[in-house]
Amino acid sequence: MEIAIISGKGGTGKSCVSAALATLSNKVVLADCDVDAANMYLIFHPLISEEKIYIGSRKAIIDYNKCSSCGLCMDYCRFDAISKISGEIVISELLCDGCELCSRICHEEAILMANNQNSRLYAGDFRNGKMVYGRLAPGEETSGKLINLVREKAKQAALSNGIETIIIDGPPGIGCPVISTISGIDHIIIVTEPSKSALDDLKRALQVVSVTGIASSVIINKYDLNIKMSRQIEEYCQNHDVQIVAHLPYDNRVVDAMVSCMSMTEYAPETDFSKSIQMVFNRILYGNKKRIYPTICW
Amino acid sequence: MDPEGVNDSEVERVMPNLKVAIASGKGGTGKTLISTNLFHVLQLYGYDSTLVDCDAEEPNDMIFFNRDLKKSIKIGHHVPVIDTDKCVFCGKCREYCSYNAIFIIPHAGIIKVIEDQCHSCGACIVACESGAIKEKEIELGEVHVYTTPSKIIESMMRPGIASPVKIIKTAVKEAGSHGIIILDSPPGTSCPFIHTVMNADHVVLVTEPTPFGLSDLKQSVETLKTMNKSCSVILNRVGIGNNEVYKYLEDENIPIVMEIPFDRVIAGYYTNGELVVNHSPEIRDQFLAMIKSIIEKYGNSNY
Repeated sequence: MEIAIISGKGGTGKSCVSAALATLSNKVVLADCDVDAANMYLIFHPLISEEKIYIGSRKAIIDYNKCSSCGLCMDYCRFDAISKISGEIVISELLCDGCELCSRICHEEAILMANNQNSRLYAGDFRNGKMVYGRLAPGEETSGKLINLVREKAKQAALSNGIETIIIDGPPGIGCPVISTISGIDHIIIVTEPSKSALDDLKRALQVVSVTGIASSVIINKYDLNIKMSRQIEEYCQNHDVQIVAHLPYDNRVVDAMVSCMSMTEYAPETDFSKSIQMVFNRILYGNKKRIYPTICW
Repeated sequence: MDPEGVNDSEVERVMPNLKVAIASGKGGTGKTLISTNLFHVLQLYGYDSTLVDCDAEEPNDMIFFNRDLKKSIKIGHHVPVIDTDKCVFCGKCREYCSYNAIFIIPHAGIIKVIEDQCHSCGACIVACESGAIKEKEIELGEVHVYTTPSKIIESMMRPGIASPVKIIKTAVKEAGSHGIIILDSPPGTSCPFIHTVMNADHVVLVTEPTPFGLSDLKQSVETLKTMNKSCSVILNRVGIGNNEVYKYLEDENIPIVMEIPFDRVIAGYYTNGELVVNHSPEIRDQFLAMIKSIIEKYGNSNY
């Protein structure tokens, strides 16, 4: 079973919830799909057994020995990445989207494409099973490609080690990376917090999730920081037929656990936070979630 | 304020130009809190200023303000439309597409464009020798411009599209170059972040003193170094986590321009969609002092 933890808004506690869920069983694959800000390895220090170079975007580079400064490439580039500065054609590395069109149309064959080789995919062992994560190089496009590779690798690791549970720590937002994270999985957990911003972002996240038709549930983290807002979130979820599976209290020990390189369920298993996470785990994994279907009347 | 220093009417006359980006590697550290409160303080003290919400995936700045929507700019881009009567299924367009946005099964006569993956580079049109590809415009999102009394620009992306960069670019452009422009940046260090901070004279990184916060801060700092951007740091939720961030910032010689303690009362205002500076004169003064020091150092925009 693949479970993804996403949030819409950043900083609501995705990673803390993922880490807590991942340490409740000794047989999990943990996949960190927040490749733009991968953090899970900081808690678990996995023993890396595999490191792969991920070739993300490519950048156009000019060979000035061949360039005739004709400017044809400038006409074709739709990303405003090419300009003429005192008679010389210059390609901005930051603006180049890597489409390769300039290289293809150049009569002098003066434009080459260079691979950005700074992104990585890692796989290895951690104390509760296998761990897979990606790290996207700065300035890379926020594409789902590396995320797809992380998920693929996680599935392989699960299959070859007889593991059934894959916990995926997802990226924030509602763009391509999130779509790649949740497509085709079994359950989505959306972690939110009681703030106006988070509720707004939750609504947008639910829009994306509802399109997929995948079973999903919501966790309200730090619910006691603003009870009034928590009620509003509950109300919204109720009206939209979304189940809230846990209310997690604000607890300083969540950060203390992180500082000690532990998950909350390892660091303070007897807290309300950890007990609620255990319940979520059982409910989603072992399916003692009761769903009431409407009776059909003929 | 400074009793013998510059009085506020003088500040008004000077009208400095400055683009400052408020960014963070990690999400949820307080970018929006800082951007909205800073903007409000600038308004209170008569600075000509504009707020641009560049977090197109999840824009939240407008929660804190009441403004009139002046205009709404639809942002689209061109994607290919393939005329299957003219198409000879040679596959050259797919070969030219660097984004895997064209799907083709030649013997079955199937060719499809995956519009959300298309970057609108135009390569497929150049590739096609049968004149089978035309373009149509699809919607990426919108840029909202709010005014009265002051300008707020909001970028808003349609869920699930490949990249918000074009929407962000339009929003930043719309802000012009007069006065103090606050760019509330998207999280992370990938493309959307780069396209926001590349326009800034100075970047303020917001972080929290936790291992996750520090790790993501380091990544932001390294990225900004390659872009030759100056940066300073605001520490939010001081009191939680550990002290490692101080040591790192000292080693890197990056100034801390403001520290905000972890406080349930502050969290309460923010979570209700209220501006903290309306409740705490102390924090308001801190914001003013911070922006004054940044204007002094990095003011008079070159962008």
